[in-house]
Amino acid sequence: MSALISVRGLTRIFDVSKPWLNRVIERKPKALLTAVSDVSFEIEENSVYALVGESGSGKSTIGKIMVGLVPPSDGHVEIDGVDLATETDAAKIEAVRADIQMIFQDPYASLNPRWRVRDIINEPVAAKGGNVEGLAERLLDQVGLSAADAGKYPHEFSGGQRQRICIARALASEPRIIVCDEPTSALDVSVQSQVLNLMSDLREEFGLTYLFISHDLTVVQHMADKIGVLYLGRLVEEAPRDRLFHEPKHPYTQMLFDAAPRMDAFGREVEPPKGEIPDAINPPSGCAYHPRCPIAVERCSRERPKMRKIGETRVACHLAE
Amino acid sequence: MSDNPILSVRDLVVEIPTRHGILRPVDHVSYDIHAGEILGVVGESGAGKSMTGNAVIGLLDPPARIAGGEVLLKGEPIHNISRDRLRRLRGNRMGMIFQDPLTSLNPLLTVGDQLVETILVHLKVGQSEARKRAIAALDEVGIPAASQRIDSYPHEFSGGMRQRVVIALALCAEPELVIADEPTTALDVSVQAQIVALLKRLCRERGVAVMLVTHDMGVIAEAADRVAVMYAGRLAELGPVREVLTRAHHPYTAGLMASTPLASQGRKRLRQIPGAMPRLGALPEGCAFHPRCERAEAKCRQDPGPRIDTCDGRAACWFPVTETQEDKKEVQA
Repeated sequence: MSALISVRGLTRIFDVSKPWLNRVIERKPKALLTAVSDVSFEIEENSVYALVGESGSGKSTIGKIMVGLVPPSDGHVEIDGVDLATETDAAKIEAVRADIQMIFQDPYASLNPRWRVRDIINEPVAAKGGNVEGLAERLLDQVGLSAADAGKYPHEFSGGQRQRICIARALASEPRIIVCDEPTSALDVSVQSQVLNLMSDLREEFGLTYLFISHDLTVVQHMADKIGVLYLGRLVEEAPRDRLFHEPKHPYTQMLFDAAPRMDAFGREVEPPKGEIPDAINPPSGCAYHPRCPIAVERCSRERPKMRKIGETRVACHLAE
Repeated sequence: MSDNPILSVRDLVVEIPTRHGILRPVDHVSYDIHAGEILGVVGESGAGKSMTGNAVIGLLDPPARIAGGEVLLKGEPIHNISRDRLRRLRGNRMGMIFQDPLTSLNPLLTVGDQLVETILVHLKVGQSEARKRAIAALDEVGIPAASQRIDSYPHEFSGGMRQRVVIALALCAEPELVIADEPTTALDVSVQAQIVALLKRLCRERGVAVMLVTHDMGVIAEAADRVAVMYAGRLAELGPVREVLTRAHHPYTAGLMASTPLASQGRKRLRQIPGAMPRLGALPEGCAFHPRCERAEAKCRQDPGPRIDTCDGRAACWFPVTETQEDKKEVQA
């Protein structure tokens, strides 16, 4: 299978400096936060690629760059061979834009409370002058709500139902790719399973490709075909799901798996991981994980490890084998 | 288990009068917590778990009020005492840990000021002794270089460190009971593991009774000794954590466990509980879970809601699930 999305050397730097005058008075240099640093990966058509990481690892920023909400500082995202940031052919840009949609974490904040559900769902198509006759009703039916709901307002729905509306809206323009940024984090467990099952069904039905962004390892393990683990804006490991969960190679991935609470680990007594995520404005030298890493050697603090391919796994660690 | 629980809640009812009638976010809830024990309270949002914690510690926001039942701290009733006496109990004999460590610390005071103030109010010690104890408390919760960090402001700490400060604050007056309301929800996985380990260690070492309110089954499995599952303001199931999580008697608990993605299950379709939890204003007759329950029969719809003590002693269900996990797996497959 060929790659539908290819991300190469993606970097995004945010300027988080204080205002100019404060900097002069306090004699502080500019503060630059590297949210995403040299990340490369490919997503195959009709697969689920998951990005996992803790807060500040840059997973949401990558999702936003992907749909074009944030421009990259460096590097390329090519969707079907078209780079949104540099492409000049308006027709091509439009075609790719329609191919990629996004579902956000908070279904309460991502629906306009003053719009009827019908208008919310029709908007992506109506904005381009498409035919919206019966579209919302059909989509609502597909995501497990009823066509009669089209005339209601978002506040009349529960969290899980709102997330279904968000999914219906994302499907309206018949996209091939959906970027899901923590789609179930705001939902309760029993509702989460409904939404995850729906997403799996839609993927089969429409041949969708998902970029699935989450911090929840159990959800990722359930949904993903291939998983990329991010730490401080860097991709530290990438592997097919079973490979990654059976044989994590990067010490950070291993720590993440050990630390995650497990339902079958009653009264487990393990040494909790040490340290916390460092400040992204002044990341550690060399490998960003070396201050917390149990197996770090002198070289790790000096030299940033390159991505290496070991079997099916790609890992950025000097010592992994 | 010893016969004298630290906290004993009996038939607790919390009511909120509204224009549309009286809502009952907590409906006849009873449980005990013993010294050195962690009782996990789980449920989905709106199940009444935080409300129960707030009622116990006397922090209900009006117009919510305790409308029935009793709360006993070492046998003494604390649900009907004056606000003033309650205020002295809080911090001294009961500590509270909230979800968001940033909003539960005063941003204008140093961490040390806040700890020293709490110690001075509740314990009969002098200023310098209080400071010494404050440093010891920070040290105990694992804050490095506590004697220097004590003069820092809350914003100078990271999220995990701030939560440690909150725990130190809750424990510095040596309470007998700690109510931890979603203490790890705002934290990352690696920090969450640290905080859970810390809570467990402090509970064991000091013999504190802990009520751990959370929606995360994983945290419950690792930290709690017993677990109480709440649904629509009522206790659905109460029992030892291993028993409840592996051999749930209540269909709701069973459904909750089956709908959580498990590492060992792989890509199998998740079982889902249809529908959502009813709103308090529109609770169904009989058992509150019956519209979503596949085992529901006429009795569930007609009779008043089942209670744990009138059913099998563990689950509030007329037709509890009794087959073992293995049988159920076969049925599912």
